[in-house]
Amino acid sequence: MTTQTIAGVPVEVNDEGFLEQPDQWTREVGAAIAAENGIAQMTDRHWQVVEFMRTTYLEDGSAPSIRTLGKASGVPVKELYQLFPKGPAKLAAKIAGIPKPRGCI
Amino acid sequence: MTHRIVILGGGTGGTIAANRLRRRYDERDATITVVDRNDWHVYQPGLLFVPFGLTHTEDIVRPRGHQLHGGIDYRLAEIEAVDLDTDTVRLDDGSTLPYDVLVVASGAVLLPEETEGLTGPGWGEKAGTFYDVDGASALERSLVRFDGGRVLVNVVDMPIKCPVAPLEFAFLADWYFHERGLREKVELTYVTPLDGAFTKPAASKALGGILDEKGIELVTEFNTGEVDVAGGRLVSYDDREERFDLLVTIPLHGGAPFVARSDGLGDDLNFAPADDHTLQSKVKPNVFVIGDASSLPASKAGSVTHFEGEILVENVQRFLAGEDLDASYDGHANCFIETGFHRALMIDFNYETEPLPGHFPTKIGAPLLKESRLNHLGKLMFQWFYWHALLPGRDIPGVGPDMPTAGKDLPAAAAT
Repeated sequence: MTTQTIAGVPVEVNDEGFLEQPDQWTREVGAAIAAENGIAQMTDRHWQVVEFMRTTYLEDGSAPSIRTLGKASGVPVKELYQLFPKGPAKLAAKIAGIPKPRGCI
Repeated sequence: MTHRIVILGGGTGGTIAANRLRRRYDERDATITVVDRNDWHVYQPGLLFVPFGLTHTEDIVRPRGHQLHGGIDYRLAEIEAVDLDTDTVRLDDGSTLPYDVLVVASGAVLLPEETEGLTGPGWGEKAGTFYDVDGASALERSLVRFDGGRVLVNVVDMPIKCPVAPLEFAFLADWYFHERGLREKVELTYVTPLDGAFTKPAASKALGGILDEKGIELVTEFNTGEVDVAGGRLVSYDDREERFDLLVTIPLHGGAPFVARSDGLGDDLNFAPADDHTLQSKVKPNVFVIGDASSLPASKAGSVTHFEGEILVENVQRFLAGEDLDASYDGHANCFIETGFHRALMIDFNYETEPLPGHFPTKIGAPLLKESRLNHLGKLMFQWFYWHALLPGRDIPGVGPDMPTAGKDLPAAAAT
């Protein structure tokens, strides 16, 4: 775990770049993490997903899976992959400042 | 007062829970009712061997009622819904079962229709799954006819029952085609949504190494979005494509359909959320969850269900007595992994400790994370054990619910 300054805010991140403290997050921090991960411009659709992730995490204590996102966020799975290439749930969680969705086993 | 305990599901978890509870309570002190919609108890680890003709479906299916001890009321009915407010279960024959404690043991179901195109023309022939009895039999017929080409073993999404089984299928397919003299004409590829062969790093590396040795190609981070069975194309959400002549797929899993009809009981995949350590439902204190039906971050596997059984029964009894619950379930799982050519390896792990090399359960036991003939014999022996020791709810000598560490090669930091 290291302390980094992202968008002018000192935040604690783990070795994969996920925020350790979700309450250190701001929209600017989210946008900066997005830019670092190849999303130059966060659109309303991006924010819709990120905000859904954050709300769900803060209410339930766990990050939603890609299936939940597809069913409940208002953004279909196919589009999630266009917005957040490769691993939408993982990348959206990183931008949302919440822990990586627990790998199921 | 006579307690009323209702158990939904007569599979591994429901049977273990019912038999163990029956031993704890005299019939005057508790009634135990098990409900299931059919009378076929499948030894699910046996399904892996059916497509290769190594076992037959009639050898792995027994009547559910015969696995339950005397004094357990067994009802064959479809569950309409659970009403958490009135503590009753409604059955499709119109009757209701009031309960003091409910045990949800209804397992997982396959949802192939959730993947676009998967159940279209060719499903059950050119594409299939060995995760249920009919699918495993159909796949045996497809394999017998198969004379070369590209075979994909594909996991659509996690969580799935027995996350090592798809790898075992790939290993056994390599052996099967080798025995038939066809191996050189078959291109075997393992297509997974994970970023490696398995979820946990040490096991992922070891299992990935075995795929490599057997010449099985590994495609990772492939999230299946659509299948064109007739055209032989598996397409990911990010538009990557894998071609096939035979697709062996593990479809999306969900909880039992009645969970969806029971307001508040399940999550969006119909798995029931429960405390990781006590197995008490997060929704209502008089509801407990065992086995594949739960959304616990543990493997959906018989060994997990078996280890959970002891803690579940203890907690049902403590709850009914008004005592504090025992929060000791540690996520312990233990699996044999068939690797073909009469060999297998074993893994043993829990929530905190990933599968490590060493020996099980102590330093003189069976090798962990390493192929051996002993582990293969263990896997074959296990079916006897399942029907005669595990389901009746007997303890296995030397193997308790807590994960043993005595034989494991723990990293220096963890071995404190």
